[in-house]
Amino acid sequence: MTSGPVTPSSGPTFSDANASVPDPVEVLGATEISRALTRIAHEILERNKGGADLVLLGIPTRGVPLARRLAERLAEVEPGLDAAALVGTLDVTMHRDDLHRQPPRVIGSTNLPDGGIDGRVVVLVDDVLFSGRTIRAALDAISDIGRPRAVQLAALVDRGHRELPIRPDYVGKNLPTSLSERVQVRLAEIDGDDAVVISQPGPTGEARA
Amino acid sequence: MKHLLTTADLTRADAISILDTAAQMAATQSREIKKLPTLRGRTVVNLFFEDSTRTRISFETAAKRLSADVINFSAKGSSVSKGESLKDTALTLQAMGADAVVIRHQSSGAPHTLATSGWVDSAVINAGDGMHQHPTQALLDAYTIRRHLSGERRDARDPAAAPLAGAGLGGDLTGLKVAIVGDVLHSRVARSNVQLLHTLGADVTLVAPPTLVPVGVEAWPCAVSYHLDEVLTDVQPDAVMMLRVQRERMSSAGGGFFPSPLEYTRNYGLDRRRLAHLPDHTIVMHPGPMNRGLEISAEAADSPRAVIVEQVANGVAVRMAVLYLLLAGDMSNQVPAQNVSSQKVSSQKAGHQ
Amino acid sequence: MSAAPSQVRYLLRNVAPLGADRVDMLLAGGVIEAFAPAGTLWSDGDVVVIEAAALIALPGLVDLHTHLREPGREDAETIYSGTRAAAVGGFTAVHAMANTTPVQDTAGVVEQVWRIGTEAGWADVHPVGAVSVGLEGTHLAELGAMADSAAQVRVFSDDGKCVWDPILMRRALEYVKAFDGVIAQHAQEPRLTEGAQMNEGVVSAEIGLAGWPAVAEEAIIARDVLLAEHVGSRLHVCHLSTAGSVDLIRWAKARGISVTAEVTPHHLILTDELARGYDPLFKVNPPLRTAADVEAVREGLADGTIDIVATDHAPHTREDKDCEWSAAAFGMTGLETALSVVQQTMVDSGRMTWADVARVLSTAPAQIGRITDGPRPQGRPLEVGEPANIVLVDPAAVRVVVPAEQATASGNSPFGGRELPGQVVATFLRGRATVLDGVPVDPAARHGDAR
Repeated sequence: MTSGPVTPSSGPTFSDANASVPDPVEVLGATEISRALTRIAHEILERNKGGADLVLLGIPTRGVPLARRLAERLAEVEPGLDAAALVGTLDVTMHRDDLHRQPPRVIGSTNLPDGGIDGRVVVLVDDVLFSGRTIRAALDAISDIGRPRAVQLAALVDRGHRELPIRPDYVGKNLPTSLSERVQVRLAEIDGDDAVVISQPGPTGEARA
Repeated sequence: MKHLLTTADLTRADAISILDTAAQMAATQSREIKKLPTLRGRTVVNLFFEDSTRTRISFETAAKRLSADVINFSAKGSSVSKGESLKDTALTLQAMGADAVVIRHQSSGAPHTLATSGWVDSAVINAGDGMHQHPTQALLDAYTIRRHLSGERRDARDPAAAPLAGAGLGGDLTGLKVAIVGDVLHSRVARSNVQLLHTLGADVTLVAPPTLVPVGVEAWPCAVSYHLDEVLTDVQPDAVMMLRVQRERMSSAGGGFFPSPLEYTRNYGLDRRRLAHLPDHTIVMHPGPMNRGLEISAEAADSPRAVIVEQVANGVAVRMAVLYLLLAGDMSNQVPAQNVSSQKVSSQKAGHQ
Repeated sequence: MSAAPSQVRYLLRNVAPLGADRVDMLLAGGVIEAFAPAGTLWSDGDVVVIEAAALIALPGLVDLHTHLREPGREDAETIYSGTRAAAVGGFTAVHAMANTTPVQDTAGVVEQVWRIGTEAGWADVHPVGAVSVGLEGTHLAELGAMADSAAQVRVFSDDGKCVWDPILMRRALEYVKAFDGVIAQHAQEPRLTEGAQMNEGVVSAEIGLAGWPAVAEEAIIARDVLLAEHVGSRLHVCHLSTAGSVDLIRWAKARGISVTAEVTPHHLILTDELARGYDPLFKVNPPLRTAADVEAVREGLADGTIDIVATDHAPHTREDKDCEWSAAAFGMTGLETALSVVQQTMVDSGRMTWADVARVLSTAPAQIGRITDGPRPQGRPLEVGEPANIVLVDPAAVRVVVPAEQATASGNSPFGGRELPGQVVATFLRGRATVLDGVPVDPAARHGDAR
């Protein structure tokens, strides 16, 4: 464990495999992410004619800090808003339709801001929008905990390849990708820094994990 | 983790993962709509060779709250209590396509036999086997203890105060002192708890008359005392768990383990006097059903310290968690006995679907 | 001597009797006809030559404790299949325990078992008579009638159950003195072992099976050696399993009490740790004990405190083992693995010689059963003129036990999949090969008549 993940001594198989996989490419940096979130915050306020009745529900794991950042920006723009009171988390694990296809997932917590979501506008916040199945699960999860007036969707990255009739209301960046690529969002709160990275899958081909 | 047979199989990380999952399950149970679609299309069989309405209902509720189909198979009775019937019953369940078998059996090891015999592919959950194990009971006890005594509490001095939401999440029971009092010899609850609570870092003291302590207990990771009053004074336990004592154990045919119920109660019952000597924060537990007036007085059972009713509610959440962890994922690529919690969702994602 | 003249003579060339110096050995007329220095006896054309340069010759093994299950449980074993398994294991005589259905508690039943055993022809069958009627521990069975019957019963046992009533035990010990019989006690205090499933100790405490404490065995042994001393009779202790029992026997022998003791192969090698998997193949009575007990019985066997090894071969049908532990039957098979286990635990470890093996598996059990003389003597020395009851063993062979391939009709060997040393190559019963090249020789194909 003292050497890095890839060392010259890794043997021919590893070296060959690594040689065929290009290095991950950073497509968004901290500045771009910050700028995108600020833009989305303005769009949310504009679309909803202010911040009244708004609830931002982050989808664990990385949707949660993104929702908090968005709430802070909303509060900056509209000084009357209390950022903490805007934000909640929504765990969708137990509503997923792909649970049987992978090892058991850890269940995150669902925490609603005081006042719940009934009659309010819920903005779902997630890091990457892909097939749309997470959002489908989120819509089901919402219906179990209340009846919002409307549900909107914000995603930092939309990488395409939708499998359901779902589209985002707010997008940080559209990122055309191939199905075999991996899109990784890194956030300071969890990963230590902000970045969006695209990488090719390893030789084992974990394209759609 | 393909099966849940004994708490001895659980690592600290496994146990915490189950308790944390149970906490999330418990959170869903305070909602108006308690049912989750998670195990839709899965079939859970409650295979009970021994009467236990309470445990069966708890598992049934847990499975139904997760939208699993539940089949109750009561196999009690002389015609099926012996011989190859376990095998034939298992083959029947296999043919019906059970995804999980929750088994209660009077023979120690029957769940182990079911899980390792190759008779069924299903996940096997031990709902109590003979004098061996009752792992979900121990998990719900640990969950209850953690909720009340671990992490930050609203009021550390008041055991009746409702714990903060998510109290103890991610934590273990390090430093907590638990006394388990009563018929340890015949108790699967005691065996499960000693192992699980030890794994989670608690200090366990068993208290029982010498006749109700098993030979070989010296190998258990706990202390043993014959004197309840001494333990209450010297150990100052944070939780006192009273075990059910069957009156028939007094008779000669039942083994003659103690001279009379009165003497038992005098020495080992949690009565009003002993209740008053407990530290302020100490909680009183009982796996039920209680023998009021024998091992536990009405004052103790009904006191604000008693978390006995909450244990029942927590039982549903813990069993939901176990069913979720055993049934919700694809276990086919896992090494047997691999720890569930090590299978955390990778922080890298190729976009969640 | 009633052995008929043999039609085939066997020349065992370069064989090592009791593992000692190699000789040539000629078997003819049912007896050992000649010994000669190795390489000096030559075939004259009418002799089957067995090249035995890698083999050891032992006197045919004698089992004092076999359950043949017939009559009553022919689905688990028959006298034919059980004695065939015995031959494969190197035995030329077995004592068939009394807990059959009907119980071997009358002259009629023991004569029937004796007769069927004789007809099968694989090994001498000496029925053990029940001590009490129906093994119920209340009334003495007709011990005298069984002793006087054609079966010539000398060993009496309620094995499977303990002769618990001290008065009944005293009377039995006294009564058998009239015909030099012996009471073989299954030492198990019944009240201390109600519902017992396995050795009481650390493992039982953890896995929640009701304990069978060592003291339940030792208390009965202590009582019975004192009874035997008091009435001046002969006591044999079956399947002794605990360190405390070894101490008691050692004490009793030092005191001059006429007691003998046996240990089973499984108690020489297996421990209660095996119960952890709840596999009923390891459920046996008395139960597998701790490693300390295993060491004590090995020591007791090596120093002569324990006189013999007896298999307690207890075949059971699949349905009696293919179930949860507490519903399963007690017992394991052992005839075909006994010699290998003794070799591994006692010989290969340097604690016993092959001559000691001959003593504990042939001479001593034959003496306890009083079958060293009479019409079909067993357990005799390997000397000229003695009956040719001989087993040839290849001690260098290594085999993996496959229960389904064994000769016994039941598959409940605890050694399945285990590698054991030693292989029985041939067994001779009064000069006839019952086993050759490790394979049982069908009676119809045998040369001559072994009866």
